[in-house]
Amino acid sequence: MTAAVITPSRKGSGFWAAFARNKGAVIGLVFLTLVILMAVFADLLFPTSPWDMTTIPFQPPLSEDALLGSDTLGRDIASGIAHGARVSLLIGLTSTAVAVLIGVLLGAVAGFYGGRVDDAVMRFTELFQTIPNFVLAVVLVAIFTPSLASIVLAIAIVSWPPLARLARGEFMSLRSREFVQAAVTTGQSNLTIIWRQILPNSLSPIIVSASLMVATAILLESSLSFLGLGDPNLMSWGYMVGAARTVIRQAWWMSFFPGIAILLTVLALNLVGEGLNDALNPKLARKGRA
Amino acid sequence: MPRIAAFVSQRLIKAVFVVLAIAVFNFFLVHAAPGDPAQVMAGEAGAADAQFVEQLRQQFGLDRPMIEQLGTYMGKVVQGDLGFSYRQQRPVFDLLMDRLPVTLSLTLTAFVLALIGGVALGTLAAMRAGTWSDTAITVVGLTAYATPIFWIGLMLILLFSVNLGWLPAFGTETIGAGYTGWEAFLDRVKHLVLPVTTLALFYMAVYTRLTRASILEVRDMDFVKTARAKGLPEWRIVSVHVLRNAILPVITVAGFQAGHLIGGSILIETVFALPGIGRLAFEAVLQRDYQVLLGIFLLTSVVVVIFNLLTDLIYSLVDPRIEVAP
Repeated sequence: MTAAVITPSRKGSGFWAAFARNKGAVIGLVFLTLVILMAVFADLLFPTSPWDMTTIPFQPPLSEDALLGSDTLGRDIASGIAHGARVSLLIGLTSTAVAVLIGVLLGAVAGFYGGRVDDAVMRFTELFQTIPNFVLAVVLVAIFTPSLASIVLAIAIVSWPPLARLARGEFMSLRSREFVQAAVTTGQSNLTIIWRQILPNSLSPIIVSASLMVATAILLESSLSFLGLGDPNLMSWGYMVGAARTVIRQAWWMSFFPGIAILLTVLALNLVGEGLNDALNPKLARKGRA
Repeated sequence: MPRIAAFVSQRLIKAVFVVLAIAVFNFFLVHAAPGDPAQVMAGEAGAADAQFVEQLRQQFGLDRPMIEQLGTYMGKVVQGDLGFSYRQQRPVFDLLMDRLPVTLSLTLTAFVLALIGGVALGTLAAMRAGTWSDTAITVVGLTAYATPIFWIGLMLILLFSVNLGWLPAFGTETIGAGYTGWEAFLDRVKHLVLPVTTLALFYMAVYTRLTRASILEVRDMDFVKTARAKGLPEWRIVSVHVLRNAILPVITVAGFQAGHLIGGSILIETVFALPGIGRLAFEAVLQRDYQVLLGIFLLTSVVVVIFNLLTDLIYSLVDPRIEVAP
């Protein structure tokens, strides 16, 4: 496999054309944009706090003052979903960013230097891949008490290994290519070579992986808050489903709608990730298709 | 066979090192827990006076240097001593062993189901690539892959227990029904249907996708063309020639995901009120019972290591080309 080298000319119309050829990806992107808009304008759409009681408890959907119904304390489900979008996207994006940082850093060092460094880093990575990741995330958040920071860190800590392996592979194969050899000959420092020569050329598979990882991170966050390990000050989709669990017989809507929100957002992200894969790694993408 | 023996012993040594590394990691997590461990323990025991804290500190050697504590801890772990839960007033190891059978029966059944279903569906989709059945399988798979499993569980309860009344939603058996023999067994199986299906669905989607991609890669290779040219029946080409080669990456990923499956059981056992390790983890989270949580972390890690070892073994049996790494 040769890594696709992004040059400015190809990035323009070619990228969008390839992305748009994947219909699922376009649908995903449209939906994702809607979720982002909902998150950004949550305060305008629902000015009162999602924690405030705004109507009578146990209102079914399509009620006058609660489109998607109200919960056991008379809180508006629709408002919770709009505000919850913020938490999901925020945690999904930041924890992925941290995971990419850890993963690419370790992978780059392992792939570039090879030998013992590579061995040590890869053993460390394997160890983290062996550990049951959700169990570790639960333990970490419980020990460091649930907060935005501890959740982001816990998700990042259990998510970086695949990225490290990916980056390592890219760095290893690019290391021996002529343009890197040329950079070595001209006396560029290792850091410059890693940062300015190899990294830009290994970005496309990393971007694709990262976009899929945001989806996984959102699922992880929702699972943590479902178990009561969410940030207690932030309304989140997982928390809403968790809180509605015990009243599922009386009020299906309390758990149904937040779950649908998670499903559609994660699905949209996965579709966008596939579209990015088609657009950025055309050689790879064709293999998986009929 | 010396080749396989060498391979297995190499993996076995590696597994032991992995378990030791995880135990060390676990030790540091105990110490990373907020507050003085003795204070925390005293709090868990429900009495936090200074004398009791001091007594605990001596009892657990918390006044000793870190490295000595690590040594003591490792010694205990090797003997199966994972600490004491003051909340439950029982040794952590006993608690875990009580709960392990439920979790194993849940995860193993789900795993086998997901693997068989996933490989079958993936094969079907790949052999009919581009047709409506391929599209249907892919779309359902994508959706299952994007759905939080705790939510699938709740929705299945809503449909099959609350609305249709076909299957029980909670626990492992009907309390007070007094079933015996065959009836009791059937009752237990009924209680497992929903949790197992929930856990299996997500992983079935993963394995379907993998199998499909893997088969598409293999099916145009020269040896498959040869088999087709020889006039072999299609089912034989698929089952013997294509699948045997395409299944290797699926086995690798499936082995790796054993840990995810156990993580998933925390959610499933919480939703379905099954008295397994996962439910224990949920209770420990609510009560901030760190000893139990860390015990679960260590035990599940060991289970995963064993599982990975088995995967390697199966792999070496399926793929004769496997080599012992230098």
